Amino acid sequence: MKRLAVLVAIFAGLGLLPLLVGSDFWLNAIMLALFSALIGQAWNIAGGYAGQFSFGHALFFGIGAYAVAVLQVDLGINPWLGMLVGGALGAGAGAALGWLTFRYGLRGSYFALVTLAFAEVFRILANSTPFTGAGEGILIKLNPHPAMLQFKALSGYYWLLLALTFACFLSVWWLERSRLGAQMLAVRDNEDAAAAVGVDAFAVKLKAMALSGLFMGLAGVFYTQRYLYLDPGLAFGPTQSVEALLVAIVGGIGTLFGPLLGAFALHLLGEAAQTALGDVPGANMVIYGTVLVVMVLFLPRGLASLGKAGLGKAGGRRQGLRRRKRRAKDA
Amino acid sequence: MLEVTALTKRFGGLVAVDGVNLSLPAGGISALIGPNGAGKTTLFALITGFHRPDGGCVRFQGRDVTGEKPFRIARAGMVRTFQIVQPFAGQTVRENIAVGAHMHLSDRAEALARAEEVARAVGLSDRLDRDAADLTVAGRKRLEVARALATDPKLLLLDEVMAGLNPSEIRDVIPVIRAIRDSGVTILLIEHVMQAVMELSDHAWVLNQGRLIAEGAPRALAADPAVIEAYLGHGMAERLAKGAAHA
Ligand SMILES: Nc1ncnc2c1ncn2[C@@H]1O[C@H](COP(=O)(O)OP(=O)(O)O)[C@@H](O)[C@H]1O
Ligand SMILES: [Mg+2]
Repeated sequence: MKRLAVLVAIFAGLGLLPLLVGSDFWLNAIMLALFSALIGQAWNIAGGYAGQFSFGHALFFGIGAYAVAVLQVDLGINPWLGMLVGGALGAGAGAALGWLTFRYGLRGSYFALVTLAFAEVFRILANSTPFTGAGEGILIKLNPHPAMLQFKALSGYYWLLLALTFACFLSVWWLERSRLGAQMLAVRDNEDAAAAVGVDAFAVKLKAMALSGLFMGLAGVFYTQRYLYLDPGLAFGPTQSVEALLVAIVGGIGTLFGPLLGAFALHLLGEAAQTALGDVPGANMVIYGTVLVVMVLFLPRGLASLGKAGLGKAGGRRQGLRRRKRRAKDA
Repeated sequence: MLEVTALTKRFGGLVAVDGVNLSLPAGGISALIGPNGAGKTTLFALITGFHRPDGGCVRFQGRDVTGEKPFRIARAGMVRTFQIVQPFAGQTVRENIAVGAHMHLSDRAEALARAEEVARAVGLSDRLDRDAADLTVAGRKRLEVARALATDPKLLLLDEVMAGLNPSEIRDVIPVIRAIRDSGVTILLIEHVMQAVMELSDHAWVLNQGRLIAEGAPRALAADPAVIEAYLGHGMAERLAKGAAHA
């Protein structure tokens, strides 16, 4: 309950920001961080809680993004409906990808590589089919009206994004106190032991992928409506995949607040670096890579483990490693 | 309760379980004994669906469960523990046991409460908030039992839950297992500690090189020449008998 109160307080505070922040520049900077928090948390559901590390979450992002774009441009369907379809297709794609990979027992790096491959295949497909606008991309007609899921003021987009992000975080809060969440952690930590006490690991992983895909798809819908333009690289390229997992890892995978911490920390760092270095091409990728290496080496449980309760957890993990080593020696 | 017929498992050229037949009635504690590498753990894995048999069949409560998935067999009420303990490291003892409790309880609070109850039954109440990875060997063995017990099984298959424990720890575990039996759970245990087998079980099977070579009351088995040979090597029963005659 306390965690829920903290969560609600944070998002309520964020909700007031457009009324306090006068400049669109800063509001936009905060939006970029929020967007990262959304896709980071979406990735975290499958990667952090269920232990299925994906390198290809752009697949679900791109499917959601194209769904809302194609539906309104080619078929004239309202984007609010398109948002529902985009989310559903993202979830469906998550479940379908899970079904294909987990059925063949793919785990760890094999799973990660297959997800990456699927995102690439979809990028190539989007490049060559006419209804997605192929390589030229797809342009949504400007019509800034809430009924068309477009807004005149930036704050409109901000609140839309905030609502989606809140829904995602609320889902994870619920997961942490549900049977499904407990089973996801069990499957992540030891699939055989989970199966021995009746956990259907396959079904649990599918549900995790579906929920993860749902929010990734919704993030894609938001992206399309915000920028009113989409091409195969933006939708299915590696950018969103990398950002999603980076944010979760930096913040602390398998934690409720980790992706939020990771997103704001990374964007703060990115802004600082840009101020210091100016517009050096590729600089942000170098920084991201460095941050990732440093985090994995020195703070493998992420920023969230710096908190008091988190410190205990990090300590336990290290002791766990020690024990595992000892056990390996015993055997 | 459990009927195993002509169950066979090969690993390459090795026949780890070779045409095993056994029939386990409901109630009570039975034991499966035999030297290291006899195929006991493999037999448990076959019964509970972790290995697919190369032949034979497993019936649980009259239902054919041969080749079914482990989670389905567990949900049917037949739950195993692992000889090499498999805790969810990084999760607390309470959270570990609650995973078992969630088999029948969907509510988180109820599952956590049930976990506490089960922890009390196996003597882990004082370590509920510890990381499972930080438990001693004895603690981790108890956790294995607790997590399985939390599923409310009808048949509990315990794989060497006393291995690696010192005599006083073994003395502490024996009443725990008795209490589980008294609560109405049928138990089949693999055990090396013969003292524990004698104290706990009314019936035992002896497995050697994948085959059942004897069955009966544990005390009678301990005097069976075939069993002694299996444990101590060829010609040993004869030599022991001679030694006894000389004395
Ligand atoms: N997964 C496996 N692959 C190959 N051989 C195995 C496997 N599991 C067990 N064995 C072999 O099968 C035999 C029986 O092993 P096991 O069932 O563990 O014996 P026990 O539990 O009676 O000590 C041993 O020779 C062991 O090496
Ligand atoms: Mg064994």
